[in-house]
Amino acid sequence: MTDIDAGELAKRRPYDWAPLLLVPLLALAALPLIGSLSTWATLTAAGLAMGMIIFIIASGLTLVFGLMDVLNFGHGAFISVGAYVAAILLAPLSGLLQADSLVLNGVALLALIALAMTATGLLGWAFERIIIMPVYGQHLKQILVTVGGMIVAQQLIIVLWGPVQLAFPLPTAFRGAIVLGDVAIERYRIIAVIVGLVVFAGMLLVLNRTKIGLLIRAGVENREMVEALGYHIRRLFVGVFVAGSALAGLGGVMWALYREELTPGMGMEVLVLVFIVVIIGGLGSIGGCFIGSLLVAVTANYAGFLAPKVALGSNIMLMVLILLWRSRGLYPVANR
Amino acid sequence: MSEAALLRLDGVNTHIGPYHILQGVELAVPRGGLTMLLGRNGAGKTTTLRTIMGLWHASAGRVRFDGAEITDWATPDIARAGIAYVPENMGIFADLTVRENLLLAARAGDIDDARLRWVFGLFPALKKFWSLPAGFLSGGQKQMLSIARAVIEPRKLFLIDEPTKGLAPAIIGNMIAAFRELKQTAATILLVEQNFMFAKSLGDTVAVMDNGRVVHAGSMAELAEDRELQHRLLGLSLDSHQ
Repeated sequence: MTDIDAGELAKRRPYDWAPLLLVPLLALAALPLIGSLSTWATLTAAGLAMGMIIFIIASGLTLVFGLMDVLNFGHGAFISVGAYVAAILLAPLSGLLQADSLVLNGVALLALIALAMTATGLLGWAFERIIIMPVYGQHLKQILVTVGGMIVAQQLIIVLWGPVQLAFPLPTAFRGAIVLGDVAIERYRIIAVIVGLVVFAGMLLVLNRTKIGLLIRAGVENREMVEALGYHIRRLFVGVFVAGSALAGLGGVMWALYREELTPGMGMEVLVLVFIVVIIGGLGSIGGCFIGSLLVAVTANYAGFLAPKVALGSNIMLMVLILLWRSRGLYPVANR
Repeated sequence: MSEAALLRLDGVNTHIGPYHILQGVELAVPRGGLTMLLGRNGAGKTTTLRTIMGLWHASAGRVRFDGAEITDWATPDIARAGIAYVPENMGIFADLTVRENLLLAARAGDIDDARLRWVFGLFPALKKFWSLPAGFLSGGQKQMLSIARAVIEPRKLFLIDEPTKGLAPAIIGNMIAAFRELKQTAATILLVEQNFMFAKSLGDTVAVMDNGRVVHAGSMAELAEDRELQHRLLGLSLDSHQ
């Protein structure tokens, strides 16, 4: 096929850059309002880190939404469960986590993440079989049963770990900040950005360079046609659901470390932001989800600093503005 | 005809919600020929194809393909049994490139080089727009891609729903040439069509549907010669089409 590739006369469509400019433009616009460069840099770094964590959580949900039209409000349960399950290892691995060694801290954190992702992946598989499968194509029932599933999970966490918040301390090497002139950026935020970028790159690689990714992208657009081509989209969906749940577990650990605490309702709290991200990004769009996550988090941080009273509604306002500009989201998927 | 039938529908009924669309369809598609499925709008032609593909399930009756009963099979299993489907809306993945659209249809893995050259011979525009997202193609080019996707690997049966719908006459001419070439590969094709001139130029056999039933089946040549029959079955006056 290569010789045919070489001879092709394919045109290139212009890439849609506009959404990519939103975060830099927002950051630039906020600088004069904030006034202090160091405060602006701190807020921006915090926003980017938070945005990456939201992206990790939201990426699975947007694919589940796009691929099977499933409204999974239970996604919040995977965030909480991931964080709480990881916390089981805090005590046994305390020696590694508190050691003054980046390598030992990293190994311990990887163990926490692996446990969280395994647990939430398995939970996601069971959740899909027991709760989601009977209500395919029935949106109202999906909302009811998945919200119910999340409440049950939240109550089970309270039964097992209690209703009070628990500490989830950062490993020693991740504490503190890197100081550049007047600007101090917390180490963990840099790590969160790196992890988010790695997840994003990995997803792009899978989606754009593998047959599975091709099937997912096609399924998000027109799942009936994918089936007519001979592929069982249900099996694919289960795989995406499990992967999305595992990513929510990873996001849960990252979020717990970001806040350095655990609460039974932490998943529910983040879920509102996650749904805003999925909507403004464009249902089923990973690129849109990435930009949307950064926008939502950066906006929340700037608004929290500049006008704390409107911070709560800032993301709703952002969603309204984005949808007025692009009614199907930043990067809408064709045929949806 | 029944002895050589690759596909056979016996008393197939299909309900869509409260509507009883197919009401006992009897249809035999001979192996190695092009069968035209004609009929007025709403006669049940598209529902027949979708029922064969398992996209809508028959509420009664049997669908047999190549010796196996596929009535209750899942759509992917029906496709894997050797049936390619080109839906009325073409089913193109607009965000995927032309190459990716074809790659998806190549279940064996990569696209066979010789087969791809043959497809490019049928539809040269696809080579030109190989790396372009399919959403940027014109209506005619999308239809070409849709058919190319069906034929990119050999299949036993091709179900094609109104390939000329909305196309310019020049492109319809290209389509006729492409289907003639496909016929030469001894492919079995069941083709739904509204354009009688197109149907007449390609069809070996014909089935005419009305109100969810097949009301006429026979040779295309016979129907093409009998204007009275055309008028009775299809409401056609050929004078206005020639």
